[in-house]
Amino acid sequence: MKYVTEYRDAALVKGVIEEIRRSVTRPWTIMEICGGQTHAIVRHGIDQLLPTEIELVHGPGCPVCVTPLELIDKALAIASQPNVIFCSYGDMLRVPGSGRDLFSVKAQGGDVRVVYSPLDAVTLAQKNPDKQVVFFAIGFETTAPPNVMSVMQAQRLGLTNYSVLVSHVRVPPAVRAILGSPHNRVQGFLLAGHVNAVMGYHEYPPLVEEFKIPMVVTGFEPLDIVQGILTTVQLLEAGKVEVANAYQRAVTFDGLKPAQDAINKVFMECDRTWRGIGMIPMSGWCLRPEFDQFNAEKRFNVGDIHTKESSLCIAGQILQGLKKPHDCSAFGKECTTENPLGATMVSSEGACAAYYKYGR
Amino acid sequence: MKDESTVNIEGAVCAPPLPHGEQIVMGHGAGGRMSHQLIQKAFMSAFDNPALRAGDDAAQLESNLHAKLSISTDAHVVFPLFFPGGDIGKLAVCGTVNDVAMLGAKPLYLTAGFILEEGLPMETLKLVVASMKAAADEAGVQIVAGDTKVVQKGKADGLYITTAGVGVVREGVNIGGAQAKVGDVIILSGSIGDHGIAVLAARGELGFESTLQSDVAPLNHLIDAMLDASNNVHVLRDPTRGGLATTLNEIAVQANVGIMLNEQAIPVHAEVNAACEMLGFDVLYVANEGKLVAIVAKEDAEKILTVMKQTRYGEGAVIIGEVTANPRGRVLLKTALGSTRIVDMLAGEMLPRIC
Repeated sequence: MKYVTEYRDAALVKGVIEEIRRSVTRPWTIMEICGGQTHAIVRHGIDQLLPTEIELVHGPGCPVCVTPLELIDKALAIASQPNVIFCSYGDMLRVPGSGRDLFSVKAQGGDVRVVYSPLDAVTLAQKNPDKQVVFFAIGFETTAPPNVMSVMQAQRLGLTNYSVLVSHVRVPPAVRAILGSPHNRVQGFLLAGHVNAVMGYHEYPPLVEEFKIPMVVTGFEPLDIVQGILTTVQLLEAGKVEVANAYQRAVTFDGLKPAQDAINKVFMECDRTWRGIGMIPMSGWCLRPEFDQFNAEKRFNVGDIHTKESSLCIAGQILQGLKKPHDCSAFGKECTTENPLGATMVSSEGACAAYYKYGR
Repeated sequence: MKDESTVNIEGAVCAPPLPHGEQIVMGHGAGGRMSHQLIQKAFMSAFDNPALRAGDDAAQLESNLHAKLSISTDAHVVFPLFFPGGDIGKLAVCGTVNDVAMLGAKPLYLTAGFILEEGLPMETLKLVVASMKAAADEAGVQIVAGDTKVVQKGKADGLYITTAGVGVVREGVNIGGAQAKVGDVIILSGSIGDHGIAVLAARGELGFESTLQSDVAPLNHLIDAMLDASNNVHVLRDPTRGGLATTLNEIAVQANVGIMLNEQAIPVHAEVNAACEMLGFDVLYVANEGKLVAIVAKEDAEKILTVMKQTRYGEGAVIIGEVTANPRGRVLLKTALGSTRIVDMLAGEMLPRIC
């Protein structure tokens, strides 16, 4: 496949890994922030090929995993209502709320649909004027532009039967939270290239300055990932503290201005609880008050739903890179992909699911 | 959390969901582990007998005739009813013909049960039936009995077809999932993922067009050619729902062996690959309807491969891996980069990833 195969070329990848081997003189702990990168690392077995000095820890960049329980319970409540078509990205259907998931709601007659784009949900709203169409707008900065575009499109079309349940999260506050934790042992960051494609990387120099660790914008194919690791190792070995861009074919310093403008028009920053981590101040996006008419939480009166996590799994520590999936006593035993105990086992981007699926 | 400026990880936990044991959900029909669990819990425990317990695509039965019988049944639901390369009728015939043939049997007769939705155009039914007839002729089987029920509008998706088939097992042949032996070679008859992606694309919801055709086909003549060429075919299986990964996991468990695949050897059409990349699917789990996996003695592998390549549905045949002693019950895959990873069974429903 053009523009993909080239970045999976075994000889090129091995060449970069050799260079990492030559560059590294001592142990380094590097976090890949994005779940998509975790998935690619484990799928292609990149972690097995790295020198033992490099330890990769998996960050909280799985939007499905970190969606708070309370919002999932709200989603379940809305999706259960008659006359509602509830639309979601696919892997959200498996995420457990309090005792139920969207699959269960669907099996009990709820109209739950998987869409690939929120604009498909807008089209559904146009075609079904007698139904309320709700889109579960989750994700990082990457999915924010299409999600806000759906609201803008619904406004343009004058739709009164479209709304979004927003659970958006942002990477920089999460990075700050991880680095500010007394438990932190991450020495270098691979930044999520898709997020940076939208946002650029101008938000990161202050973080680098504050915490004195290098960060490298990194892509998602094997060659991109090893190149990101190599750049990080070179910066670490040289004692350099800066943001580097190892994903130049997709990312610029400033990012995509029109996408950022659209996000800022519809969303504003707000506090957000991350499942498995807790509340991180100003780490989320929610709808601006002028878009209240598209706010599913207001339209469906689910503000009374308040739930908290109840059981024990170490998803929180895994999401922060403090523990590996096999440090959990339930991993692969009570907790498997078809019977997940925690969100990190649920999404295909979750670290536990990646470990379980690829047999680490 | 008291101090919100730092992250407190100690109290951070996730809620356990209820397993889906209370009601049927879509994942129970996806052909992966949830399907297996449903079969074990709901059916196997009630109907338990040696033929069923063998866990192959068809049941092998002793008879008072001169040969063993191979019997199988398959229910077919697909949307849309017509897709590039096939339709529900062709699927219903080929699916059962293939299952019967996978024990090394010559399929002879099929029965067909039709559940028709009120309002189904007669023309649609005629087209489906004509397609069944064409597929049965190609396979050399006759459809000898049937049943029809009509349900109210909205209670079915156009039509569903259940077929059952019976065939005669070749004399001296002992083929089944449990027969895989350490050192055997794994042959795949052609590219994977064509059917699943063609059907998905035919639904027209993905925003892209494709010229991809479903691979749905009767494989009994291919199997005949293989069995004419060698007495050392140990396992035959068609990787339908759940894909190649799930099929090989079933065999690894049945035979208590390990399986090592070579990722680079597995043929995938560029279009299928591109669709999987875009949609966030792993092609190893995408359904096929006209492919088979054969596990054969190493010394006969080249001979079998040669005859397969001379047949219509085996011309893309390749060796994709081997049977190993360890790890028992597991499928490993050697990646293009030279690392290895475990290939698990499909869990529940195949879900697209968010990003």
